[in-house]
Amino acid sequence: MHVPDGFLDARTAAATGVLAVAGVAVALDQVRRRLPPRKVPLLGVAAAFVFAAQMLNFPVAGGTSGHLLGGVLAAVLLGPAAAVVALTAVLVVQCLLFGDGGVTALGANVFNMAIVATLGGYAPYRLLRGMLRGDRGRIAAAAFASWCSIVFASIACAGELAASRAVAWNAALPAMAGVHMIIGLGEGMITALVLGAVAAARPDLLDDRSPETSLGWRGFLGFGAVLALGLALFVAPFASPWPDGLERVAEMLGFAHRAGDPHLAAPIPDYALPGIGSPAAATALAGAIGALLVLALSIGLARVLVPASAARKP
Amino acid sequence: MRLDSLEAVSRGDGPLHRIPAGRKLAAALALVVVIALTPPADPRWYAAAAALLLGLALASRVSPRVLLIRLLLVEPFVLGIAVLSLFQPDGLRVFALILARGTLSLGVMLLLAATTPFADLLDVLRRLRIPSIFITTLALLYRYLFVLLEEVQRMRRARAARTFARSRRLDWRLLGDVAGRLFIRSTERAERIYAAMLARGWR
Repeated sequence: MHVPDGFLDARTAAATGVLAVAGVAVALDQVRRRLPPRKVPLLGVAAAFVFAAQMLNFPVAGGTSGHLLGGVLAAVLLGPAAAVVALTAVLVVQCLLFGDGGVTALGANVFNMAIVATLGGYAPYRLLRGMLRGDRGRIAAAAFASWCSIVFASIACAGELAASRAVAWNAALPAMAGVHMIIGLGEGMITALVLGAVAAARPDLLDDRSPETSLGWRGFLGFGAVLALGLALFVAPFASPWPDGLERVAEMLGFAHRAGDPHLAAPIPDYALPGIGSPAAATALAGAIGALLVLALSIGLARVLVPASAARKP
Repeated sequence: MRLDSLEAVSRGDGPLHRIPAGRKLAAALALVVVIALTPPADPRWYAAAAALLLGLALASRVSPRVLLIRLLLVEPFVLGIAVLSLFQPDGLRVFALILARGTLSLGVMLLLAATTPFADLLDVLRRLRIPSIFITTLALLYRYLFVLLEEVQRMRRARAARTFARSRRLDWRLLGDVAGRLFIRSTERAERIYAAMLARGWR
């Protein structure tokens, strides 16, 4: 999902750059206020851990492989603000040292993978954590949240590519979101396995009540504003006129037949269910069905990973 | 190729190595911005940029093999996203444009990384008043990345020495166990680093 140089236009690069700087500034402010000093070196070493973990590839259907992103994993282990800082550091080093992800796209990459993935995953994690108790609850919530984080980040990425006119939205969305709905399953699986291993060996590292696991009102408002602006700039313009407006243009210009090519064989083609009038509602419904399915899988995974004896402990 | 060989390459000596890191970073960024963000230009313009880049690479006295391997490692990712641009009207032109821009920008950044030690880049960021906690995070990340990667290699070697057969299910478990164990070792390492920092009068 690392966007290289040359894919984003100046407008998009500048807008994502401003959003990324604002988001990271909020995260640094939260870290300064909430992270205990003894965890400062952990921030750096955990960033190195995320970088190393991103190099562990896992098989994805169809002969390709994906790798961990680690946003939710870092957020559960370090707290959301520290996770944003750690993921940003990983992306900066990948960009400056390895050329993985462009410099002009650094803002977009930080926004998608450090901010949207981490916070977009941590929000459902906290929500589910309130409902599901114990070690099983943590693992189920983290697995589902990891899947959400990858899907959200890929949608943001598709929106930026489409806003730059590098890729058409009706090619970018199915390709990016579709592939990442599968990669997200691997992300959820690894996150669950790692948290299971940590819970077994060092349960003291997983404390939901330590101060850095929550955000102050400044963090909440700051991150909320950054995410809302990003959504308004890069996703909303496409989601509302799509597909009616775009299809009309496509027909006018005579390339409507291209949109019909399925790029990926999906059980729910084009994310639209037959028999429902509004395409937007059908897309939302298809997404919701997919999410519920993954939630059920996550709960099943947690039952497999955590033995019944351990699950009874509070 | 060892991952940390870049550190040795970046500490080498050559005409580009001797330019102060701040100026080099500024020049590289300016070049990438011009290549990646300006409106589509004449193809000859990109050929000129490629010639300039090639000239700089040859003058830098960095082994062309090192640069080429690094380029080929990342190029598939550029190609992977660029392919999506074919699915639109005039897709081939957009594809070629994006590929040229992406590859040239990548070349500029790789040349910068190969001629500038990371510590010097951090120094530039520090002078730009990037918050110190972020600089510390970057420095620790760079310092311990290769340590952790060697830790992964040691764990893999230990596993390979002990197991004969493996199944797909075991692979997932194993991946999770390696990553989980790596996190615990990282945490313990961070605890030792903190003790060492305190012992040396940090804060």
